[in-house]
Formats: sequence, structure tokens, C-alpha cells
Amino acid sequence: MHRDSERHKLFGRRAVMLASGKAVLLSALVGRMYYLQVIEAERYRTLADENRINLRLLAPPRGRVVDRFGTALADNQQNYRVLLISENTRDLEYTLDMLNQIMPIGPSERRRIIREVKRNRNFVPVTVRKNLEWQEVAQIEVNAPDLPGIFIDVGQSRNYLYGEELAHILGYVAAVSPGEISGDPLLELPGFRIGKAGVEKVHDLALRGSGGSSQVEVNAFGRVIRELNRQDGQPGAEIALTIDLGLQRMVSERLAGQSAAAVVIDVRSGDVLAMASTPGFDPNAFNRGLKSSEWNDLVSNPMAPLTNKTIAGRYSPGSTFKMVVLLAALEKGVISPSSKVFCSGVTELGDAKFHCWRKHGHGLVDAKDAITQSCDVYFYEIAKRTGIDRIAAMSNRLGLGERSGIDLPGEKSGLVPTKKWKRGALDAPWHQGETLIAGIGQGYMLVTPLQLAVMTARLANGGFATTPRLTKAIGGEEQGRTATPESAFKSLGIQEQHLKLVTEAMTDVVNSPYGTAFRSRIKTAEREMAGKTGTVQVRRISKAEREKGVIKNKDLPWKERDHALFVGFAPAHDPRYAVSVVVEHGGGGSSTAAPIARDILSEAQRRHSAETGVVTSEDSGPVKNTQKDRGAG
Amino acid sequence: MSHGALNPPDLSFGQKLLHIHWFFVLLLCLTAGIGITMLYSAANGNLEPWASRQAIRFGVGLVVMIGVALIDIRIWMRYAYALYAVTLVLLALVEVSGFIGMGAQRWISLGYFNLQPSELMKITLVLALARYFHGGNIEDVGRPTFLIIPLFMIVLPAALVLRQPDLGTTLMLVMASGAIFFVAGVRMWKFAVVIMAGVAAMPVAWQFLHEYQKRRVLTFLDPESDPLGAGYHIIQSKIALGSGGVLGKGFMQGTQGHLRFLPEMQTDFIFTMLAEEFGMVGGIGLLGLYSLILVYGVALSLRCRNQFGRLVGMGITATFFLYVFINIAMVMGLIPVVGVPLPLISYGGTAMMTLLIGFGLLMSVWVHRDVMIGRRGGDEV
Repeated sequence: MHRDSERHKLFGRRAVMLASGKAVLLSALVGRMYYLQVIEAERYRTLADENRINLRLLAPPRGRVVDRFGTALADNQQNYRVLLISENTRDLEYTLDMLNQIMPIGPSERRRIIREVKRNRNFVPVTVRKNLEWQEVAQIEVNAPDLPGIFIDVGQSRNYLYGEELAHILGYVAAVSPGEISGDPLLELPGFRIGKAGVEKVHDLALRGSGGSSQVEVNAFGRVIRELNRQDGQPGAEIALTIDLGLQRMVSERLAGQSAAAVVIDVRSGDVLAMASTPGFDPNAFNRGLKSSEWNDLVSNPMAPLTNKTIAGRYSPGSTFKMVVLLAALEKGVISPSSKVFCSGVTELGDAKFHCWRKHGHGLVDAKDAITQSCDVYFYEIAKRTGIDRIAAMSNRLGLGERSGIDLPGEKSGLVPTKKWKRGALDAPWHQGETLIAGIGQGYMLVTPLQLAVMTARLANGGFATTPRLTKAIGGEEQGRTATPESAFKSLGIQEQHLKLVTEAMTDVVNSPYGTAFRSRIKTAEREMAGKTGTVQVRRISKAEREKGVIKNKDLPWKERDHALFVGFAPAHDPRYAVSVVVEHGGGGSSTAAPIARDILSEAQRRHSAETGVVTSEDSGPVKNTQKDRGAG
Repeated sequence: MSHGALNPPDLSFGQKLLHIHWFFVLLLCLTAGIGITMLYSAANGNLEPWASRQAIRFGVGLVVMIGVALIDIRIWMRYAYALYAVTLVLLALVEVSGFIGMGAQRWISLGYFNLQPSELMKITLVLALARYFHGGNIEDVGRPTFLIIPLFMIVLPAALVLRQPDLGTTLMLVMASGAIFFVAGVRMWKFAVVIMAGVAAMPVAWQFLHEYQKRRVLTFLDPESDPLGAGYHIIQSKIALGSGGVLGKGFMQGTQGHLRFLPEMQTDFIFTMLAEEFGMVGGIGLLGLYSLILVYGVALSLRCRNQFGRLVGMGITATFFLYVFINIAMVMGLIPVVGVPLPLISYGGTAMMTLLIGFGLLMSVWVHRDVMIGRRGGDEV
């Protein structure tokens, strides 16, 4: 009791001290109030009057995005709005009735307009409708005398000229979300748009520019009297892409209707000439604002229209991976180019059987035959001899299993399995059978179409570590690179004769009657293509089914059909363009993907010669010599 | 239990209701009424979108306050640490899973409403510290080692809140705790040491401030350097306030707020609007009302016969004072802009709820003022 009363006394003393402190601080507030509202009142009254000069932020026009030749891909469009200023109407209801005859206004919309008119002072414009058609604008202008208080206002909105065909590359703009507000006052402007995906997102700051300001004089009630001073902002920079619009459109059209992806890159510079993923979406719809039904359709579509499959789609490479396995084996020296393997149609490892795609086998095959005819048993054998970790190392050298670093958001790295990876990720030891499966590009291995194109470019350009680039120039400033792989990119250090063997074999895949893509060869002289087919199962074939006969793709539901793949380059004798094609559930690589690749490479070469004249030998870069030797052999 | 007889018998529900200090409640209602009137003015004479919603919030808050007041002070003491611990965990959760609003992570989404643990912490930290100091006598409080635990109780939540980053709330937590330390009897020289160390550490702390916080401090020192950027708020607020003069421009006649020169006039800058429309007379009137609430807060606490209740009462009163002082000093350009609302007046439900729960505790302290609690929370003394 005694102790508590002692405590209570101390408490009391301290409480009074604390309260006095608070009183002092509150008096300071009163003092400040006196200073501001009495001593300085006159000055602030003047300033309040001067506050009638109002500063408004002006949004700069967003930079255009153009293709490699300067053709616009995304620009800004005039966008018309109908505004209503209630003090200019004689009778609000009358004006709305009249407007209703030109463009129907629903009862709920009408209520919203009237509510907003009441909430604001009578000179504040209220938006009646946005995104007007030109025809509506014309009708309103014509009927202007009957529509007192109605005005047309012009703004700018983003316009994607080729819609779906470039949607995944360009991305889209949409309203700023609260988390994106960063201190740039532009972002707080009503109606301001920010890049949300693709190039629009990656280069948002450059495209955005900086805001200007307009000083306007307003009266004591805020009505604008006149503009006093105007500072235009810095318009957004123009972004030039490496994309060739003509080729891009051709590729998109060729893939249309399928769930597919294709990438074309210049093997020397790494420039991405075309990169298409189908189906696409309409980026203009995002800018306008999607209805929830539209959004649900996009999200629930099994063909994933929102995904850029070229960088975010991950597929087993299938037989397109066989070049990697062959190079790993040759470089390691576990086989020689001429040593042969007998293919009976099946090979065994322990109890497991590993089948070749050709039921009765290929007989004796050497390295070149194995690629040309895509013999699985040959690759089971050399994969077993080479080992998974060496195959993985070669995969990495050719650009698989890691992001290419292309300047687009959402790129996936894919997966190149190793013993260590499996131990870490699945906590299980590596089985030799899995090495065999990896030998034909199945199993854990996952690649993106862009990685496949990079891989092909590296094989075709004489073993230089090409990396893809999409941005050619920002604001006219070249994102510099020289055109020859020797000076721009490091050599991967793969022996020349091994690369030569692989590219010759790829030439035979398309141009030898035994090749798996012979039907898709380019017959025009000097423009032959080389390549490799791939067909990837997405389901397991049971033993029973194998005995009865494997079910044909066209008899399966779409989701269970094989993926069709093709990687290739052209011209075969002096490579310039590398392509990868993936058609999800498209059937066979040779029947579905190869013809697409042929059409793409034909078009790329046709456009090239149309642009520079005939492809001449001066045009060839440092890979020229080796290519000539190849032609002789 | 030998001294149990000293304790009065537990009050019945009706007795408790009678014991509530209804004049104090009236003061709160008066203040909230001024707030709702100002929100009506801020919306150009409309109940929508702010005034009506604020009125409903205050009504709900008042019921919660009475509910808190009727709960026995011993129960609050028993669960003080638990409530503190739960709040601390929630605060840590915000770090992990909170979603981002206004660039700072502060909320946990609970479906229908968002929980802001840093607000809750303003209450539960007071409870926890009060319980801790309740358990120590004067000699204990004199020992530096006795202060290690309560210092940790402050540092943990303060660090989490600072990380969000929310400088205003961090300052309030630390200063309200300081007030509890002070009235609990911690020696004066210790405060001097801490304040001096704080001043010495300022250059280091500066490095840890966010870019926007640095900018706010710099523009506070020289607002004219950036009249359209970060200095805008302060300049416009001072113009509105100063032009109000002694008598103000009249209800709903303020030009600066209504012409939208004044930013966020319904939340943090509502005092500016009040002082523009009602002048210095209105401003001082509101300060008077606040002072009355503060005086009652201190008086009600002093009358309490247990240390826990006294400390809770003073902690809550100090928190309330900090709201008032930080907000008004900020809008008058006395301190940098920190996001602290004007209590019971600014639009917003979170601070309103914090304050009314706090006042509920103060009422509980008052209602149960004659209860004596032993050092360990029992009836023994």
C-alpha cells in the first residue's frame, strides 16, 4: 500500500510535468496560428488571390514504336470525348434529350451525368461519353446549334496499328495502378496510361517523356480566364525495333488459327526480325479497358493468348535437340563422325525398352544419317556414352537453359537437367535411362522457341555466341552492335569440322530424299534451307498401344496431339536467317512445322533480296569461307 | 488475498454504465460533430461522399468504445502481453504478405476490411508497457537493467513500422512510450542521454530514410525550393490558413480548399480548411476542445488507484496529444509533412477506431478506478 502511494505521488508529479510540456507545445501552435493568421494574414490573403494562377500539368505525347525500317507499329490517335458544361445549357434535361436522339443515353448514364453536374460548379465540364466514333463526332458538330452546352474535346490515345500481330512484342498500355505511382506527377494525371507489358513496359520511361505545364488564370471561383504561359514537355522517345513488319505479319498470318510460336533472327547480328505467338489479343482493348467477360475469355482460353510463347512457352525440344547431343559427343570424342550404330528399332537398358520412332529401325547409321533420318537409337547410344552433364554443358554453350536476356518482360529460362539439378530439385539420383531420354530431347529438358532460334543461329554462324536483340534504337540513338559475329560475339570454341558436319547434316534433313523434311525443301537455287524436325509426345504411349499400332494424331483430342517443332536456317550455303517454329499439338514436325519454316525462310530471303538486290557473295560475312568448303565437300 | 477486502465489490452492468464519464463522451461527440461538419463543407455541401460515412463510423466506434469501457480493467491487464504479442505478429505478417497501398505496406486484407496492425500497436504497446511498469516498484524503475525489456518492447514494433515505411506512426509509438517511461518514474538523466544519443545519431539515421522522406524534410526546411513538387502541400496549406485571418471566410466560403489548391483537404489537411473558414477563432476553439479532452484524460488517470490504469490512461492521452500536435504543427509548417490525421476530425476509419478503442480503455480505467491490483495482477498488493 505504502509503496503504491509513493508510486502514485511520483506519478502525479510527473503527470503534471508532462501536461505542462504539452501545454507549452499547444501554446506554440496557438502562437504559430497567430503569426500566420494575424501578423502575416495580409500577405497570405494576397497570395490566395494569386493562387488564381493555376498550374496545369500537360501530358506529353507517348513515343511511337516503329519497325527496323521506320514503319509505325504503335502511335497515338486523336480521341474524341463529349463534354457538357451545365451553365451553357438553357435546360439540362432538354440538352440531354436532344443528345439522346443522336447517341442513345441510358437512364443510369443519365443519372450519373446529372449527379456529376450537381456535384461540380456549373462551369466545370462533365464527361458525357468517351471514345467517340468519327461519325458521332460529325453528327454532334452538325447539330451543335441544337445542343447548347455540349462540346467535343480532343485527346490522344494509344493506337496499335497491327493489333494481334504485334501484341506480344509491343504489349499494351493501361491506367496506372496505385502501386505504380512513383513520384512522377504525370502518373497522377487522370486518364494517364502506363506500359503494362512488352516493349511498352520495358521502355516505358523512354516512351513516356516528361510533362509540360500550362499556367492559366482562373477567377476566384476557379473559372479559366486565359492561358498565361505554356511549357510543352518533352515528348516520349521513339523506339525502333529490329522487327521487320512485313515478315512479322507474314509469320503471324502463317501461324494464325494454331497455338503456335515462331522466331526469326539474323544469325550474324542477333536481330530479331520476327517473333510471333498465336493466338494473340487486341492490345487496343486493354487501353480502352476490358469488359470482365472479355478478360475471362482471354484467361480461360486453352491456347493462352496472353502468353508470349516465344519467350515464356516451355517445350521439350524433341529431335531439334539432337544437334546438341551430337556436338557434345563429337567434342568429347566418344564417337567419330564415321562410326556407325545399328538401329533395330529398339534399344534396351536393364529392363526398359527405348523405341526408335521408326518401328523397324534404320539399320547401320553414322552421325550424318542419324541427324538426317532422326534416328533415335543412335542418339540413345551416344547420349549414354557422353553422359548428361556434358550434354548439359553443350546445351548451355548453345544458349539453352538460361535467359537470352532479350529486352522483354517475362522471359523464361527453360530447363537443362543435370545430376546436380535433379538432386537439388527432386531429391533423387539421376538414372541412366533419363540420359537416354534426354538424348532425344525429351524428359526434363525444356526450351523456349527463342532459345531454339538462338541455338540454331549459333550453329549456323560458325559457332559464335549470338544473343538476340529487339531494340534497334531509342530516340534515334542506335543501341549499337556491329553486324559481324566475329567482332560482336565471342566464339563458343566448338571445333569447326564438327560444326560443319552438323550443318551439312541439317542441310540433308531438308534436301536429301532420305531427310525427314525433304518435302518442305526450298527449290529456288541459292535459297535452300537447312534444318531439323522435332515431334514431341505430350502423352505416354503404352506397351499395349505400341503393339496394336500407335494412334494417329488426327484421331486424338487436340490436347493430346504431339507438338510439332522445326528449327532451320537459310541460305544453307551461307546462313543469314535462323528460324524456330513450335506448333502446340500440331502433329508432326515434318508435316506441320517444316512447311511453316520453309514459307518463313523463303519470305525472309525474298524480302532481303527485294531490299538489297540479289543476295550476292559480297554480302556474306566471315562465315563465308567455311561455307564454301562445305559446298565443295 | 488478505487485502482483498479493500477492493470494492464488482460493479454490475448498470452501475458500470452510470460510472462512465458521460461529459467526457460528450466532448468526444462534439469534436466528431465538428469533423463531420467540415467534411460536409469539403464536399461542397454534400453529405456524400465523406460526411455521412464518417458519421456512421463514429457511431460504430462509440459503441465499441462503450464495450471496451465495460470490460474489467483486470481483464485488460491479464491479456495485455497477449494482445501485444498478437499485434506484433500481425505487424510482422504485413512485412511478408501485406499488400501495397500508397507505396507503403501497411495493411492485412481480411476480406471485408483491411487491418492496419501499426494502428493497433498504438494501443497494445501502451497496454503492454503499462503492465510491465505496474509490476515494478520505484527501486526497480531506477535500475537500468529493468528498462531493457520495455525498451525491446518498443524497438521491435517501431523497427517494423519504420520498415513499412511509416515515419509518423514510428514517431508516435516511440514518443507515447517515452511518456509512459516518464510518468512511470524513469530518471530524468536517462531521458537526457537518450535524446542526446538521438541527436548524435541523426546523420546516420538520415542515410536510412526513404527518398520521399528525405525530400519532405528538405522541402520543410525550404518549401519554396520546389513549389510545384513536394513543397506544394506546405505552401498551399499556409496560404489557405493565413488568408483565413482572425474570423475566417465563413462556413463553406473557403476558396483555397474548394478550388482544390489544397490537397487532401478531407484527410490530413482538414485543419487548414477549418482555420480558413472559421479563422483563428475557430482554430483556437478546436484547440480548446482538444485541451479539455487532454485535461480530463490526465485527471481521470490520476484518480485511478492502480498503477496499470494510471499508466494506460496517460499512454492513451499522450497518443491523443501526439495526433493533435503532429497534425496541426504539420499543416502550419512547423514540422515536416508526415501522414498523421487530425483525431476525430479527419476522414478515415482506421485512426477513428484506434482513438475510440483507446478512449474506451481510458473509460475502463475510470469506471474501475477503485480496483486495486497487486504486482502480479491479483488482488494482493
